[in-house]
Amino acid sequence: MDEILEILEKDARTTVEDIAKMLKKKPQQVKDAIKKYEKEGIILKYKTVINRELFKETDSQVRALIEVNITPQKDVGFDKVAERIYSFPEVSSCYLISGTYDLLLIVEGRDLHTVSRFVAEKLSPLENVKGTSTHFLLKKYKEDGVMLKHKEENKRIAISY
Amino acid sequence: MKDIISKKVESMQPSGIRAFFDLVLGMKDVISLGVGEPDFVTPWQIREAGIYSLEEGFTSYTSNKGLYKLRLSINRYLKNRYGLEYSPDEEMLITVGVSEAYDLVLRSIINPHDKVLIPIPSYVSYGPLTELAGGIPVYIDTENDAFKLTPKVLEKHIDAKTKALILNYPTNPTGVSYTKKELSEINKVALKHKLLCITDEIYGDLTYDFEHTPFPTFAGARDNTVYLNGFSKSYAMTGWRVGFACGPKEIIAAMTKIHQYTIMCVSITSQMAACEALETGRKSVEEMKREYKRRREFITDGLCKLGFGCAKPQGAFYAFPSIKNTGLDAMEFAKRLLKEQKVAVVPGTAFGEQYKDYIRISYASSFDNLKEALIRIGNFLKTKQGRKQ
Repeated sequence: MDEILEILEKDARTTVEDIAKMLKKKPQQVKDAIKKYEKEGIILKYKTVINRELFKETDSQVRALIEVNITPQKDVGFDKVAERIYSFPEVSSCYLISGTYDLLLIVEGRDLHTVSRFVAEKLSPLENVKGTSTHFLLKKYKEDGVMLKHKEENKRIAISY
Repeated sequence: MKDIISKKVESMQPSGIRAFFDLVLGMKDVISLGVGEPDFVTPWQIREAGIYSLEEGFTSYTSNKGLYKLRLSINRYLKNRYGLEYSPDEEMLITVGVSEAYDLVLRSIINPHDKVLIPIPSYVSYGPLTELAGGIPVYIDTENDAFKLTPKVLEKHIDAKTKALILNYPTNPTGVSYTKKELSEINKVALKHKLLCITDEIYGDLTYDFEHTPFPTFAGARDNTVYLNGFSKSYAMTGWRVGFACGPKEIIAAMTKIHQYTIMCVSITSQMAACEALETGRKSVEEMKREYKRRREFITDGLCKLGFGCAKPQGAFYAFPSIKNTGLDAMEFAKRLLKEQKVAVVPGTAFGEQYKDYIRISYASSFDNLKEALIRIGNFLKTKQGRKQ
């Protein structure tokens, strides 16, 4: 993977100037490369990883992992059915998986009731959905490579040879 | 107490830097660019291997030479990476870091008054350990050659009592390293004068602009070289204390004699973790190396813009900029930078008393820290100039 991507994947806020210094390139080169990645859809979005475990929000959220069995369709296979499903705003992630089920969804909602209603009223009634299995998420430990805990203090001694 | 302590130890110079280190350790919220170890934690799978070995009950001694499995892994690693072949049975010893290995070599080869050549600025232990072993350290100043030992200067320092040459590359504290060609020239001089070369290549994996070439790979060098390496820097395993020495079997046998009486063996937990490092750690090493390289570019750019003369380091994670045009000596610079801006660096004098015009900057620190440190050093220079006017 290009090093620009490696840097941005770690910290999307790294400035063009800083990246240029790190890679010994001209800022304009870095800028152009990033633009190109954005245009090609290699870089899709910049977002912030929030540790929701740490603040008691009033508009709290629950998450569920939902396994879904679907009937594939002629010519388009799973893709068309998947699209119908992942187009719901409640679905934050959608994966095609091997094994007993076909799709794995991550669904977010205000509370258990909202998520259950989504499953019962939107998801299950879909023509090609044969069955679902819903797992509510109890605690997040790690997400997208980020451990959801306080930064550990540095254990190195402050000066050495 | 004076009569109790041996004359030899009594005469050893306590490091003048100690007091400064204590000053740093006593302060809070310091951004430290003064650390001689990686800022990464040992990769998890390596830590996990250590934990698992404890769970499985690996709590005993190992063979004096170290776990056979580890020696075999090192044998394979050196063969695959550098085409170097050392017998795990006779030509290899697992030590408590390179520090112990270094002590063992010197004690194994030095007769009273033998001379050991040490290019400086250098890591702090080479000289004192030579003295403890009864030898005479001969320091070779490399300041005029951009901190590299040249064959010409080397030759000038050799006489009938010269027994060995220490080479540490990439070098702590300068970050300088040697190309294949430069090393080959040094090897020729060493061969001509039958010098034993002790090469501390602990930073070898962290070489950025060219391939690292281990010294024993040169023609004729293998029989006259003790190659020292370890896990501390490449795998971020400083606290585990695992290093190794490879060399001619007579020297390794001599070293093993001392090692078996003083150390017995390296902690088995650490050795098991080291096995894992060699088996699965390469990807982490490459990742860390890329990160260090980016930081190197960033910090050298920053230092240049602040007006420091600073050769671009080629390896390790150090820069050794000149602070001459600040008008401060290294200790004063370091103390004031610490007090006024809370940034810690190591005065160049720690690595040779004449390096009053230099500081060592370690870029084994997070990118945010480096960025902030550069700003603070800039502020420090500004206020200093302000006061002068």
